[in-house]
Amino acid sequence: MSNPHANLERRRQAIYGWLLLSPAALLLSVFAFYPSLATFWSSTFSRGNRRNPSEYIGLENYADLFADPTFWLVVRNNLFYAGVTIPVSIFIALSMALWANSKIPARGFVRTAYFTPTVLPMIAAANLWLFFYTPGLGVLDQIGALFGLPSVNWLGQPETALWAIIIVTIWKEAGFFMIFYLAALQTIPEDLKEAADIEGASRWTYTRRIVLPLLMPTTLFIMVNAMINSVKLIDHLFILTKGGPSDASKLILYYIWEMAFAFFDAPHAAAMTMLVLLVLGIVAAIQFFLIDRRTHYQ
Amino acid sequence: MKRLTPTLDAAGAILLAVIWISPLLFAFWAAFHSTSDAVNFNIAAPWTLDNFRTAWDGAPWMRYFLNTFLLVTVVLIGQFILTTLAGFAFAQMQFPGKDVVFILVLLQLFILPEVLIVENYAMISRLGLFDTILGIGMPYMASAFGIFLMRQAFKSVPIELHEAARIEGCSWFGILIRVYVPLAKPTYLAYALVSVSTHWNNFLWPLIVTNSPDTRPLTVGLSIFGAPENGVDISVISAATLMSIAPLLIAFLVFQRQFVQAFLRTGIK
Repeated sequence: MSNPHANLERRRQAIYGWLLLSPAALLLSVFAFYPSLATFWSSTFSRGNRRNPSEYIGLENYADLFADPTFWLVVRNNLFYAGVTIPVSIFIALSMALWANSKIPARGFVRTAYFTPTVLPMIAAANLWLFFYTPGLGVLDQIGALFGLPSVNWLGQPETALWAIIIVTIWKEAGFFMIFYLAALQTIPEDLKEAADIEGASRWTYTRRIVLPLLMPTTLFIMVNAMINSVKLIDHLFILTKGGPSDASKLILYYIWEMAFAFFDAPHAAAMTMLVLLVLGIVAAIQFFLIDRRTHYQ
Repeated sequence: MKRLTPTLDAAGAILLAVIWISPLLFAFWAAFHSTSDAVNFNIAAPWTLDNFRTAWDGAPWMRYFLNTFLLVTVVLIGQFILTTLAGFAFAQMQFPGKDVVFILVLLQLFILPEVLIVENYAMISRLGLFDTILGIGMPYMASAFGIFLMRQAFKSVPIELHEAARIEGCSWFGILIRVYVPLAKPTYLAYALVSVSTHWNNFLWPLIVTNSPDTRPLTVGLSIFGAPENGVDISVISAATLMSIAPLLIAFLVFQRQFVQAFLRTGIK
């Protein structure tokens, strides 16, 4: 005869549950779900001005983007940016973790040095690197001068500007990724190493056949993070290159910002935002279907 | 060979560490020397605090520090309240629609606030929050990531404690405040460290929604101060940069273990 009680309890839980959820649900709707839909909506309207009010134009903004050579240049830049920063950061992070986990002198210093860039703002990182890149006076040029190399305007020429941006990104994120590898390495049982030693396996074999496969879940996790970073880490552009010279180092999010807040062209910015959301959706799908298969949310 | 490898390892590790820390060291060097001594790497040059004086007088830093401090506080308080309530609902309540809403929340993990700048800017303006600290902080308060984290923390609380509190006559809210919140303290600490360092360092969104020195956080202030158009020299920029990263950097160096643990705990699900 506990049915009425159970019913009452269930209803109370439902009410309380939704009450507890409502503040977060409200803010999430206002700052994530509604803006996503609104972005799509405004991407289908023309940019209004005094003479021509904004009107529905379907996918024309997208067609404009696809016809815009700057857009393709920016996409190419961003793919290159992702294509270099993701594997290089992962490789450096892994090397850092293997070193920081081995018995070396000054290990505390080494770990701190690797991780410190993580707690700095991207803007500060850009300022620090400005000192390296400044032509003539910068550290890189001075080192180059020691070897008789000519001065290079790292940030001012199209061939090197994007590389300069990439290096700052790698510097910023590798130490962050390292800690995940470090944590994973510490869960690998010691006996595996001992067994490998007894079998006479070289260190390289041990690393490649035992350590790397065991680190695979961590690598995938880091990869998803690095993919997201390759979309959102653009703050240093504001200091170092502003996307230049001649758009050579411009990345998508920076272009969206420029489009919306420098050129006041919100519809095209919205269309580009939709494309980025699509890419992030694909990353999300990779995460959910490929990576979280083995982990469970309980 | 066996003897050589550890030495090579140590050398490689330390070399990389020195390279990694060198931008900070150079900035440190430049900040305490006159510009010409700094760029000529004149080792014997006298140390000076002039750059810090020049930098400090060049912008309302005190205000920027205060703004950043207010911002991270407001964001953290908002996040704690919202994620605690939502996390508890997801972890311990049964109600229709819960799973669907949870999937929606997880989706938000990938809708980065950074990407929605155009519409969020319109929204903040509509709410009359343009150029306010609350306007900078609000889009981050209902963090899907935080909700997920709190849900995980609350799920690991033994159900016996919950039952015991209920038998003692504790209300839902009482159970949450007296049982769950204290037990999730390590998660709160980790989340706080990550949140504070994220928002201390955030730039793009604050750049967009602020328009005056009265609300501008440090990062935006620093970017305006250091802009090449302003022609500030490298030593002064270095001094300003060190100044604005000092609080977080010192906190990190002192509580290094906690920081690393926090990033780990909040990163690995």
